[in-house]
Amino acid sequence: MHLPILPVLLPALTAVLLLLLGDEEARRPWARRIALASLLLGAVLAWRLLGLADSGTLTVYRLGEWPAPFGIVLVVDRLAALMLALTAAVALPVLLYASGGWDAHGRHFHALLQFQLMGLNGAFLTGDLFNLFVFFEVLLIASYVLMTHGLGRERLRVGTQYVVLNLTASALFLIGMALIYATTGTLNLADLALRVPQVPAPEAGLLQAGAMLLLVVFGFKAALVPLALWLPATYAAASAPVAALFAIMTKVGVYALWRVHGVVFGAEAGASAFAVQPLLLPLALLTSVAGVLGALAAHTLPRLIAWLTVASVGTIVAAIGLFGTAAWSAALYYLLNSTLVIAGLFLLAELVAAQRGRMADRLEPCSPVRQPALLGLLLLLAAASNAGLPPLPGFVGKLMLLQAASDHPWAVTVWAVVLGVGLLTLIGLARAGSILFWAVRPELPSAASGASPRLLAATIALLGMSVLLSVWAAPVQRYTEAAARQLADRSAYARAVLPELGGPAAESVRPYRLPQPQPLPLGPHVTRQP
Amino acid sequence: MEFLLASGIGIVTATGLYLLLRGRSFPVVLGLSLLGYAVNVFIFAMGRLWLGAAPIVDAGPDVADPLPQALVLTAIVIGFATTGFVIELALRSFHDGGSDHVDGHEPGHAPGHAPAAAAPEAPTPHEPQAGRTSA
Repeated sequence: MHLPILPVLLPALTAVLLLLLGDEEARRPWARRIALASLLLGAVLAWRLLGLADSGTLTVYRLGEWPAPFGIVLVVDRLAALMLALTAAVALPVLLYASGGWDAHGRHFHALLQFQLMGLNGAFLTGDLFNLFVFFEVLLIASYVLMTHGLGRERLRVGTQYVVLNLTASALFLIGMALIYATTGTLNLADLALRVPQVPAPEAGLLQAGAMLLLVVFGFKAALVPLALWLPATYAAASAPVAALFAIMTKVGVYALWRVHGVVFGAEAGASAFAVQPLLLPLALLTSVAGVLGALAAHTLPRLIAWLTVASVGTIVAAIGLFGTAAWSAALYYLLNSTLVIAGLFLLAELVAAQRGRMADRLEPCSPVRQPALLGLLLLLAAASNAGLPPLPGFVGKLMLLQAASDHPWAVTVWAVVLGVGLLTLIGLARAGSILFWAVRPELPSAASGASPRLLAATIALLGMSVLLSVWAAPVQRYTEAAARQLADRSAYARAVLPELGGPAAESVRPYRLPQPQPLPLGPHVTRQP
Repeated sequence: MEFLLASGIGIVTATGLYLLLRGRSFPVVLGLSLLGYAVNVFIFAMGRLWLGAAPIVDAGPDVADPLPQALVLTAIVIGFATTGFVIELALRSFHDGGSDHVDGHEPGHAPGHAPAAAAPEAPTPHEPQAGRTSA
């Protein structure tokens, strides 16, 4: 059963094939076909894994059949499978949109998109902190080139800053990871979850310093507040399909935060339990507020959407910071919706900008767009969902979050921030929409043609998928609840990943240390595997 | 040995951070590489310091921790690749923007008004008709 590794191998092989195919104009149709076929196959794979995970089994893939704490493992649980499916759901419309012409504006777009998918899928699947770093680098290196795709002075300027900041974050990632390794002697997430509670008090400070450094890194990738300022400039400067694809990249940071700080350093972590909790919730709420204020101040449409990305990340991380099954379920549901809507908004922004002549995406009165009813309705739909108006999925997600927060000491603050941010989001998007579609100057010449069906289809597909989340709210919610429960069940995860749990083989990745450490005292929930 | 190693890592990190906070892209890249070296040695040292220990498991009692050595190897490879990329990108940004300042323009000039040697205005992200001609 080699299913879990295929989502990593398939994009890698496709990317190599696309590089071999070359980048000439004449071969571009073939590149598009190959990329599309690979993505469709990837979507089928993600769907299969989703079905597999939905049955409640944890699929563990041991590379080279090495036993877990020594070898590398890929783990498919409900959360990972859902993130894979979400990646495929965003990547397919993005590819369709980019095939409408953006892929001809730079070199090797399709190959880089595949490398990016390889990094994303790998980061979601890996059960090992160091491999998380490696897949982060794979997806980042692809994103550096995609970010500057199409070139132009602004993109190069912002791109250089983006690369330098990310390299610094990578250095911090390595330092944090090394500190965690030094105190626990393992980097396997399942093994870490068992070992973190046993770290003696004098070393726990060092371990928590490592955890905090990782919070800085994941907070940077997810754009949490003091580290969010790079995002609006970067996403607004990137080409539309790339920005739409990047909507899922911030979620990698959220995902890593969840796995490491929610689970490993969450409840049951002994001296290090809830190491980041005093920081996580206030930072997340601040992120939400800062994001929506930035959106109100934005002077171009892509910038506004980029700031809304920051605001939505704040809402998701706030739900994670509430630490509870119901809150985590809300976080996952809201994450699905906000990723799809924001990716759709980035594509929509360019469709609107292309029909506005000189002003393009600036939020100033200009000539009327060619298809005001269609684009206006799409923007209205996206705005309503993003702000959380019923019956759209943004509303369902926020409602779940509000319910989950109701008996938390911070309930009033969380309620106030979530509802206030929703209102301000609606105001920001309504302002943008009324300038774009109503405050027009009809005397100026209008665009020559409307958007092509292919570009429209890609945009509508993303927004449509988010509406489907509302139609199928009950099954999706059942799945996210099960995923949250599974995530909190550390002992089941450890049992699946470490089959020789408690036996001499799984003692540590430092078994050669003398004197031998005492046998692993099993927690109350951990049972010996026969 | 502990003092030497710790102060060595500390000095290289401090130098790297100082350079990283400079305003021109060349010192910034140099700072990044120095920081990368310090991080690599740091990972290596997190396997603890050993004297006369075998690097791989053999009959002897002492074995140095091999895992950080494997980790640092990967980190070095990734560090080289990304540093190479950022140098290339900084050069391109300098060539296109006419300034090697990290803000993309010389201090005192407004953004977008590079010195006379600047390259012609490159396509903006949302240039009309961009991306939909061949749809």
